[in-house]
Amino acid sequence: MLAIVGTVPIRDFPLTHGPLSVSGPWLEIRGNRVDINRGTPALMAAAVAASQALGKESPYGFLVGDIGHGRGSRELYHFLTEHAADHSFSVMTFHYLQPIAHWNEKVINAVLSVHRPPMLIADAGFMYAAKMSGHAQRFDLFTPDMGELAFLADENAPHPFYTRGFILHESNRAPELIARAYAHGNAARYLLVKGAMDYVADRSGILEAVSEPSVPVLEPIGGTGDTVTGIVSVLIEAGYAVPEAAAAAAMANRLAGRYAQPTPATQVMDIIKQISRALGEVLGLGVSKVTHAPLPQ
Amino acid sequence: MSSRTPAGAHLGRGAHDPDVLPPEVRTGCDLVIEFPLMEELKVLKILEDSGVIPEAVVPVSSPLLKPVDLYAITDFGDYLMVRAANMKITVDKNTLVIVNISGGGCPDVPYLAHEMTGKRLDEAPCPKDIGHTLCAYALQLAYEEVGKRCSP
Repeated sequence: MLAIVGTVPIRDFPLTHGPLSVSGPWLEIRGNRVDINRGTPALMAAAVAASQALGKESPYGFLVGDIGHGRGSRELYHFLTEHAADHSFSVMTFHYLQPIAHWNEKVINAVLSVHRPPMLIADAGFMYAAKMSGHAQRFDLFTPDMGELAFLADENAPHPFYTRGFILHESNRAPELIARAYAHGNAARYLLVKGAMDYVADRSGILEAVSEPSVPVLEPIGGTGDTVTGIVSVLIEAGYAVPEAAAAAAMANRLAGRYAQPTPATQVMDIIKQISRALGEVLGLGVSKVTHAPLPQ
Repeated sequence: MSSRTPAGAHLGRGAHDPDVLPPEVRTGCDLVIEFPLMEELKVLKILEDSGVIPEAVVPVSSPLLKPVDLYAITDFGDYLMVRAANMKITVDKNTLVIVNISGGGCPDVPYLAHEMTGKRLDEAPCPKDIGHTLCAYALQLAYEEVGKRCSP
């Protein structure tokens, strides 16, 4: 089973865990409803849609309210450390959490010490913390955007806000930044870099590059990176190898975006509604037939 | 202080603790406040509200690092997107309504998106007033930049 861990932007939302479902514009967990359009619920709703497309059981979620104070994140970190052995997950995806290095380390140690450790995926704040704590290499997949890749590539940067200026974000520097992130031990086993061109990479370099369909207006839409992470999490849990899952997720997300006919003002929920159709189409083609762009020289 | 420990140091006049103040930025008698780097925006707001303006704010592990000050601008016709560091804000150029906020990884990002999206630039709350983290700080810079570029 896939577990997704993150926060909701509601101050007093209690720590809640349970199976996830979607009803209209709402993500539902243990009788609580939260807006799909913001933060981890967008990732979770995308994962629910992808699970439905594959005929898989719904993911399990861990959510807590946090509006930036970090209090909810700390409560959730503590809970996971104490209760990691209470559950059995094959894949765990960590998302919007206050980046706190020592808590990150405790949680990783706890979830990897169970009898059958899960595969680990990180995005957003938990990925930042994994780099800060020096445990990036214990993860199976990171899903950074280009700015976050620059942060991973800068061995001195404690946060993307402090990434050094000479490490620029241009897409054509992705191979260099990926190599630098691996050279300093700041990347997971695989990377899915989200951008105008999506890259799947490992320590050996770029494995896949996906650029079609090209939908530039997806970039400003908040949550479109989160939906990719949700889809790839489901595919990995379903048994796809990480590189194939990452390329298929990138392709499906682009296709869902195109089906939504977006403008820069579109909200991510409209794209999530198209994921089931898009993923079905991509998997129907067979992931080996996913359109690949030429690798940059 | 471990180089893996993200903390910030605010420097002001007074006395300094040699265990905290990085040697690269020592200038005479300094008062240092060490705080979790992620909460830089909130800490600066508290200091500002108290009339205390720091001489510098630096990450303890790498005191010579500076915040990202490069902006990436994308013009989508009726919409303008400004990116600062890992945060992006997109505004309808005709109505000045914030239509999307994306990027970031700290938990106040979805909160800021919820509070700001759908509101005009002059009606929306500032990230520096309701945010707490470095992601909110980056969004504040993008917010200020898009305001400059969209002002009549």
